[in-house]
Amino acid sequence: MMAVEGISPKTYRKVLIGNHAVAEAVKLARAQVIAAYPITPQTLIVEKLAEMVEKGELNAKFIRIDSEHSALAAVLGAVAAGARAFTATSSHGLLYMYEVVWWAANARLPMVMTIVTRSIAPPWNIHSDHNDLLTMRDSGWIISMAESVQEAFDLTLQGFKISEDERVLLPFVVGLDAFQLSHTAEVVDIPNQKIVDEWLPPRNPYIPYVLEPGQNFAVGNIGPNEYTMELRWYMYDAMKRAKEVIKEVDRDYAKIGGRSYGGLVERYKTSDAKYIVVTMGAWSGDAKEAVDELRDEGIPVGLLRLRFIRPFPIEELRELAFGAKAFLVVDRAMSMGYWGILGIEISAAIKEITQIRNIIAGLGGVDVSVDDFYNLFKKNIEKIECGEIREVISIEWYMPWLKK
Amino acid sequence: METSNQYLKFLDSLLAKPSIGAIGKTGLWRTFKPIYYRDKCIRCLLCWLYCPENAIDVNEDKTIAIDYDYCKGCGICASICPKKAIEMIVESE
Ligand code: SF4
Ligand code: SF4
Repeated sequence: MMAVEGISPKTYRKVLIGNHAVAEAVKLARAQVIAAYPITPQTLIVEKLAEMVEKGELNAKFIRIDSEHSALAAVLGAVAAGARAFTATSSHGLLYMYEVVWWAANARLPMVMTIVTRSIAPPWNIHSDHNDLLTMRDSGWIISMAESVQEAFDLTLQGFKISEDERVLLPFVVGLDAFQLSHTAEVVDIPNQKIVDEWLPPRNPYIPYVLEPGQNFAVGNIGPNEYTMELRWYMYDAMKRAKEVIKEVDRDYAKIGGRSYGGLVERYKTSDAKYIVVTMGAWSGDAKEAVDELRDEGIPVGLLRLRFIRPFPIEELRELAFGAKAFLVVDRAMSMGYWGILGIEISAAIKEITQIRNIIAGLGGVDVSVDDFYNLFKKNIEKIECGEIREVISIEWYMPWLKK
Repeated sequence: METSNQYLKFLDSLLAKPSIGAIGKTGLWRTFKPIYYRDKCIRCLLCWLYCPENAIDVNEDKTIAIDYDYCKGCGICASICPKKAIEMIVESE
């Protein structure tokens, strides 16, 4: 994270848990419609928003609804009718709303949703891994993932701006890890309402289109097959433009938030690194500490944190791959029958350039400490150095409790 | 909906507006043809209301005219007419 000189006096500080920070950002964005169904560990977001609406702090329609499928459908309808709208869910809730996830993207409707990442049952488990969020991978949503409570707040505000940009017009999801962020308090810098209003004006309801009386058209009616394919191509094109819009909004946000993160990825000590660790989400902070310890020992390791999975930062990855001996990709999501999901994504981008070690860890919310990361990185770097690991791509499941 | 905004071109494929004959002249499907007898007609306009193709136009004097370009010959109008003022006959060239 890059600090910009002298945090603007137009910001103030609050101690907030991740879920409440997201609610605060939705309030500052002046969302007009919120439809949601409770599910742990997301519930505190919409509970807080309901309270804000009830107290009159947020002038929005809060729709208590019968399911997650209906929640996103109501948000979709509200956005099609011109409103700025929001919802949040986790795990099984996301799977239940999945049909509408694709409808929202294919209908090109701008909106923001939060996914507090949570493992999928069985066994029943409320702790974090990333398989739920990554089921959205191919749907046409812009997919971001926060490392800190502050970043979850920042991404939520930025999400509305990026999603509503007429060059983009794709829905935007912010992921944050269950409990590690959702229920953990941090000091958060918050821009005041006046400067947020200037930075994020009300949504133009006519972009991309508005359903209103007197306008007789249907969205997504049946049509020639070629129309479907053309629409996919337009989405592909919008995703390419989204890369620039994300970077632009990230830079621009420094004016009100005092921070930018570096675009689609965050680079940590990568400039002279021979080994690149890749992570996503809250545990990146622990992995960075492990990188620091290895650096102290003179091992040339750096960390690349994926802030966005879609659009995918292929250029950034390839650029780093050319100078690297190997990538250690730490995955909190598994594609059964193949590798970890980040492992697959990254190998598609760089496997002809450098070696990849895909480490599967932390599934079901299993804690991975700084020491774990340190040992994992050190052991794998040694094995690659001495030639014990030679394959272009190899995979390891990190389950230290099974050994000895 | 046609747009001049280059970023919103997708609307042309996404949004469907009602338009005459969007999928061709449905009149070509017809095997039976409705024939209208103006002198029997009491101008109740049930045929206009029931026609699924919007192929019945209402004249100023509330008599009707059938648009044979889009009338698909389903016979609903003849069936609903309380005065048998519409008769279905076999279509011929
Ligand atoms: S239903 Fe029959 S009587 Fe009524 S308007 Fe039509 S043709 Fe005339
Ligand atoms: S035959 Fe069917 S389509 Fe033709 S005018 Fe009558 S109701 Fe309409």
